[in-house]
Amino acid sequence: MTTTDIFHETYSALSANKARSGLTILGIVIGIASVIAMISIGQGAQGSIQSSIQSIGSNLIMVMPGAQKGPGYQVSSGRGGARTLITEDATAIMNQIQNVAAVSPQLSGRYQITAKGTNTNTSVNGVTSAYPQVRDVQIAEGSFITDTQNQSLAKVAVLGPTTVSDLFATGTDPVGQTISIKGLLFTVIGVTVAKGGSGFNNQDDMIFVPLSSAQRYFAGADYLSEIDVQAADQNSMTQVQNDITSLLLTRHNISDPTQADFSTLNQADIVAAASSVTSTFTILLAAVAGISLVVGGIGIMNMMLTTVTERTREIGLRKAIGAKKKDISTQFLAESVMLTLIGGIIGTVLGIAIAYTISSFGSIHTQITWQPIALAFGVSAIIGIIFGYYPARRAASLNPIQALRYE
Amino acid sequence: MIDVRNITKTYNDGAESFQALKGVSFKITDGEFVAIMGPSGSGKSTLMHILGCLDTPSSGQYFLDDKDVSKLSDEELADIRREKIGFVFQAFNLLPRATVLRNAMLPLIYAGVAEEEREKRARTSLLAAGLDEDHFMHKSNQLSGGQIQRVAIARALVNNPTLILADEPTGNLDTKTSEVVLGTFQELNEKQGRTIVLITHEPDIAAHAERIIMIRDGAIVEDRKNAARKVNRL
Repeated sequence: MTTTDIFHETYSALSANKARSGLTILGIVIGIASVIAMISIGQGAQGSIQSSIQSIGSNLIMVMPGAQKGPGYQVSSGRGGARTLITEDATAIMNQIQNVAAVSPQLSGRYQITAKGTNTNTSVNGVTSAYPQVRDVQIAEGSFITDTQNQSLAKVAVLGPTTVSDLFATGTDPVGQTISIKGLLFTVIGVTVAKGGSGFNNQDDMIFVPLSSAQRYFAGADYLSEIDVQAADQNSMTQVQNDITSLLLTRHNISDPTQADFSTLNQADIVAAASSVTSTFTILLAAVAGISLVVGGIGIMNMMLTTVTERTREIGLRKAIGAKKKDISTQFLAESVMLTLIGGIIGTVLGIAIAYTISSFGSIHTQITWQPIALAFGVSAIIGIIFGYYPARRAASLNPIQALRYE
Repeated sequence: MIDVRNITKTYNDGAESFQALKGVSFKITDGEFVAIMGPSGSGKSTLMHILGCLDTPSSGQYFLDDKDVSKLSDEELADIRREKIGFVFQAFNLLPRATVLRNAMLPLIYAGVAEEEREKRARTSLLAAGLDEDHFMHKSNQLSGGQIQRVAIARALVNNPTLILADEPTGNLDTKTSEVVLGTFQELNEKQGRTIVLITHEPDIAAHAERIIMIRDGAIVEDRKNAARKVNRL
């Protein structure tokens, strides 16, 4: 039997009962399409979470005031404004620790901002000139805060693009305008480039002022709400993080590391944590979709068993005229593999279409990669072989005499 | 050339055993038209299965073209059937979804004959079986009973077998159509020298053969030349 013959037989057998073949294929289509769509959604979510974490800067270590989480850690929500980090801590990190590229001390708070009849409530971040480098912020217009402005307690502000559109009419040049923060007038000297961040840490909806001004005019003390440290490269991050911890413990006179009054967060840890969450989520989605694929496979087996029974006499005849076991099993296996492959092709197209539709309508970004498609094809062929094997073997092992007598 | 020597067949069904053939011997030379006749339960179906290499005897020997096929495995028997035997069944057993031509060439597919050659041989067989060329692309549900059985005969002829085995070939046909089909067998026997073994329980059908082997209770009771051979001329 040549390949052409097998194709011919398979086509004629499957087209003999189009409705049944179609419904069986549909089971596989749904399985494959949902696997591809679900994995695309999962990978898309993973990609967007990772890129949003990466967008806050690179090789970043964040030092935050407050107790470190560990054994015996107590909820300290009432200590949100812990004042344990000071400007000198940041200076010490910059001067005493190796492989530190930049240090950006920050003091942030939420205040009411007004400008010529408009107002908004947003985050005001006291920063130094190191901030743009550490947090990967670019200036669209004007300039960022300089060291001189920091030393002179200048009342200047750099706005995020969202804040600009909240405070000023479209088309107005915000640079040179004045805004009022907590009753004090600040001159706008620059606007940052939109980063497209979203959610709890929207970097576009922010106002930057000199750190010293924020400490003097808003907080009234020289404490910090965060120190962002940029390590020289990826490999030195752990060393820098460990050195910061020991340096600050010494500076704060704490001998027991579990009693630390600050905490450090490594950007890589955040990425890893988020990735593990999203990959668990992806596996979960794929598993649910995979169940429908198995159900589709059982549909194939069911159909093939029915077909073998219905075509018992045909099998008997084929054996009588000289077909061997292998010829018969190949023929029936080809039918089930053909069903799953057609289902696989349609399912892949449908799955990609679903992923695109979700991307274009919803806020979920989907990402189509070749792996789930290859997986879907492989799985569908394997399902065809596994679920087609038993019926095919059953057909091949029929006794020709009994098969010919079958009513 | 068929040489059957003291063949027995015993079916074991648990504790009971049933001897369907109790030592059958005969020879059929090439070009003979033999009817094996007997009532139901006589063992003629069992004999047909053994002659057709669908089954093997419990004891005894069966030489087909001087080759002992009585001890072969299932897969070896399949090879013998493919090369040496053409079947015509009572129930026709055509593939309903395939064309007449495709049905006729089915044995050649398993024999690994090249595609152009297959079609050529299938056409020759169909014409030899008396089927009109107009029907070649029809499906079997568009044909009459007699035409269907001629397609089945063509299918049996197509691999140029040593032996054509017809098992009650007219059992599902009316008298007139039966005569036509039997006429086809006679013509194939006379004009092409085909060896035909016809299994039937009707004396009327057996009367078309030139030799009649009567079988009863698993043994041959009569083996005679049919002098009064009934001849159909189309």
